[in-house]
Amino acid sequence: MKIAIRKGRVIDPASNFDAQADVFIAASKIVAVGEQPADWHSNRDINAEGCIVAPGLVDLAVHVKRGTLATELAAAAAGGVTSMVCSPDTDPVLDEPGLVDMLRLRAQSFHGTHLYPLGALTKSLAGVQLAEISKLAQAGCVGFSQADRAVLDTQVLLRAMQYAATFDYSVWLQPEDLHLANNGVAHEGEVASRLGLAGIPSSAEIIALATHIELARVTAVHLHVCRVSTAEGVALIRAAKSSGLKITADVAINHLHLIDLDIGNYDSNYRLSPPLRSSRDRDGLRAGVIDGTIDAIVSDHTPRQDDAKQVPFGEAAPGATGLETLLSLTLRFAESARIPIHDALARVTHHAAQAAKLDAGRLAVDSVADVCVFDPGAYRLINKAGFKSAGKNSPFLGYELPGVVRATVTAGHLAFEAAA
Amino acid sequence: MLSKKNLQLNENGDLRHLLAIEGLPKRIIERILDTAESFVGVNEREVKVVPLLRGKSIFNIFFENSTRTRTTFEIAAKRLSADVVNLDVARSSTNKGETILDTIANLTAMHADMFVVRHAESGAPYLIAQHAAPHVHVVNAGDGRHEHPTQGLLDVFTIRKYKKDFTRLTVAIVGDVLHSRVARSQIHALTTLGVPEVRVIGPRTLLPADIERLGVRVFTSLEEGLKGVDVVTMLRLQNERMTGALLPSASEYFSRYGLTPQKLALAKPDAIVLHPGPMNRGVEIDSAVADGKQAVILPQVTYGIAVRMAVMAILSGSTR
Repeated sequence: MKIAIRKGRVIDPASNFDAQADVFIAASKIVAVGEQPADWHSNRDINAEGCIVAPGLVDLAVHVKRGTLATELAAAAAGGVTSMVCSPDTDPVLDEPGLVDMLRLRAQSFHGTHLYPLGALTKSLAGVQLAEISKLAQAGCVGFSQADRAVLDTQVLLRAMQYAATFDYSVWLQPEDLHLANNGVAHEGEVASRLGLAGIPSSAEIIALATHIELARVTAVHLHVCRVSTAEGVALIRAAKSSGLKITADVAINHLHLIDLDIGNYDSNYRLSPPLRSSRDRDGLRAGVIDGTIDAIVSDHTPRQDDAKQVPFGEAAPGATGLETLLSLTLRFAESARIPIHDALARVTHHAAQAAKLDAGRLAVDSVADVCVFDPGAYRLINKAGFKSAGKNSPFLGYELPGVVRATVTAGHLAFEAAA
Repeated sequence: MLSKKNLQLNENGDLRHLLAIEGLPKRIIERILDTAESFVGVNEREVKVVPLLRGKSIFNIFFENSTRTRTTFEIAAKRLSADVVNLDVARSSTNKGETILDTIANLTAMHADMFVVRHAESGAPYLIAQHAAPHVHVVNAGDGRHEHPTQGLLDVFTIRKYKKDFTRLTVAIVGDVLHSRVARSQIHALTTLGVPEVRVIGPRTLLPADIERLGVRVFTSLEEGLKGVDVVTMLRLQNERMTGALLPSASEYFSRYGLTPQKLALAKPDAIVLHPGPMNRGVEIDSAVADGKQAVILPQVTYGIAVRMAVMAILSGSTR
């Protein structure tokens, strides 16, 4: 399939390219940017006038559940996401190579967004026995994680990180001290106190993160910090990076926009893990993204059934659907933080791919043809009916957000095209 | 940021649901108190019934058991001539897997006019109010550790009976503020009515984070906090708080925060003592205080009926 994307503003954060140009795709690769190759005959011409042509988005935090792979891959394509890293807390947990094979094969059969699984760091994510991470890596796992289940035994965590470092595997950890988080459902502070919600103190993240960083120092493993949510956490990561540790980090896009106050009348779409924190934390996270302390912005896509959300706030399952709002919210972030659009895009493309050591997130000749074409000036109303994802649980329902995806190309295949 | 609708008021600014004291305008609180005043007389008559809510169906839906609170709502509704149905959901349908919203939809189909809801989760009445049919009113009878608005109202009604002018009072709330919906409702009721100094007193483990942001002064010493106060509210300390890491023991708690006659003597001589009940004698309050002249704990119970009648009557649009 030969595709030409014409007259768009091409932005490739990896090479700092930003100019109007045509993009030519053949045999799943980008064959030219600018000049049309000799003897070119398109199967498809996409008119990208007024649009930005960017690398397909690389989302490092997606939760898929059994039976929803088809809808979630469609959601990814509709959101301009061409690569996604999946958390191992599937059912069953990704702790056996056969399960990883199956998941990857199924995903490939849809010819859509590339799916990169994280393997379980410990068997059943129980935090007791190491999973067979070397076999899991051979099956295609790009890193190892505990999802949102902390390892309680620090000795086990140390061993797991040492073992992973042996083979140069990455360990992805979401920092949360289980005892301090306890049964909390909201950021500990004024809002939780007013609403009478059990709090999760910032110290739950800070203490776990300090532990993770120290163990990364001891083991020299590559630590990827998932979903940092506090200003102090950002400061710890900044210090660890400047001391030369192999640390990367991501933040959920929700946390760059929302704070605990947004919970309002106990809206369970704002029940997230980690919890939405204070405006000071949000400012700290934004500063961390801007100065590069935080490498990647992620959707933390967690589709939930209505049943899991139409219950009192404290009983609601945490998480929000996010694949289809990641791009728009990244554009909105760039706008409100007054940073150039290509800097913001870098956090959901090239820098994200680098943090996860993926060959993705670039738009250059000879790179894989993963492309997102979107109209940055068009706005759309976020509503449940508009989501392709099985999860309609978005804290941004009712928002009008910039950025409408016109087309998504994955490995040279037209994975999504907006209705004209 | 989206603007969050005030669920409690209708487009005319009248009370539609009673979910919390926080956010209630002073005029509505005062109207409830004034209306309650007129019902106190009804409750003292030989025939204690008025026909204001005749033909209305009120459902007491208690997802968490509380015979006392349920009974006071039941009496209040019956004295207004409403039909009352009590549902102990804690023991029935939700344990069979029915969701709250299914329960509510079913009861709405039975032509309910008002739901009185008690739930162990903070915010549950908001969920119900958001999904209730337009003609149905929701009264929060206590949600988690959030609010217990009718208790807060009966507390300020009692205080007004004894103290008249809110703008000259110092009020202390003592004990487990962290887990207390009574404390939150009372704090908001007092500050809305213009009480210049509301104090909370307790050990750090039982005080919520940033509680001073609710407009209260924080004391950790009972002796310091009681100095010169006009009103003392003692909060109930649940038994389960005494195991684990919040407190070492009931007796140590009593030695520090139990209200004894000696400690009460630090307050103003005419200070009154409130307690939402049921009391733990010898844990948060000494029997000599509970049964003493300054206690207004039983009048609170009596006034509670009138206040709940007022709330139901106003919600149903049956006054004025």
